[in-house]
Amino acid sequence: MSTRPTPRVRVPANIKAGDTVEVKTLISHEMESGQRRGQDGKPIPRKIINRFTATFNGKPVFDADWHAAISANPYQSFFFKPSESGELKMVWKDDDGSEYTATSRITVS
Amino acid sequence: MAGPIVYRTRRNVLHMAALAAAASVIAPRLSKADAKAVEAEIKKLYDGKTMAEGRVKLDVPQIAENGLVVPITVDVESPMTEQNYVKAVHVYADGNPLPGVFTFRFSPLSGRASASTRMRLAQTQNIVAVAEMSDGSLFTTKAEVKVTIGGCGG
Repeated sequence: MSTRPTPRVRVPANIKAGDTVEVKTLISHEMESGQRRGQDGKPIPRKIINRFTATFNGKPVFDADWHAAISANPYQSFFFKPSESGELKMVWKDDDGSEYTATSRITVS
Repeated sequence: MAGPIVYRTRRNVLHMAALAAAASVIAPRLSKADAKAVEAEIKKLYDGKTMAEGRVKLDVPQIAENGLVVPITVDVESPMTEQNYVKAVHVYADGNPLPGVFTFRFSPLSGRASASTRMRLAQTQNIVAVAEMSDGSLFTTKAEVKVTIGGCGG
């Protein structure tokens, strides 16, 4: 794919103290598994996003190691229980070394 | 060590080298992961530790019409406090070319040890999950997914 992967994140901006909320994420990426062969019969090299991390004010919330079996345009949801306001930062790491980042401001009241 | 004596003639050596090369080239392509490959992966992480059934739940469709996009949710019973939380959940598929699907790692900030994604399944197979708690105890579960159209490009 020629376009740069764009992450999309859905998380409530205002959260009541003590509440647990679900964060839903999606990123456009072909997730080439390395198992397929091209028209010339040669294997197409693997290129996937192999890691997803979510941190809140620098502290780990959730992370995932993705293997070749994760579908194209990977979806990831997880839960989150913030005790203070701050910034939720999500990073997707590509096999080629690129990183794609998304951040969301969260206010806890 | 007793065993059949193989003379290292030129022909034998060449033959063995050819076999070894063929095996290393062909094997990763032709072989599918199986239950043994999944066990081997789990052993790499938790060799010799006992695993109990329960606490970890896999939510997958019984029948997946499209193997390219199969939704999967893992859910582990846990209070998710600093003292007692779910550290990690590893998920494997025993009928894919490679057994690993994903590893999720949680923290007390997660609030709930539950997460979802979507995976590719090449054929009808078993999905195996292993959850590691913060005290080191292990829980496992298994679910079968019937796949009508495989997810490996044909």
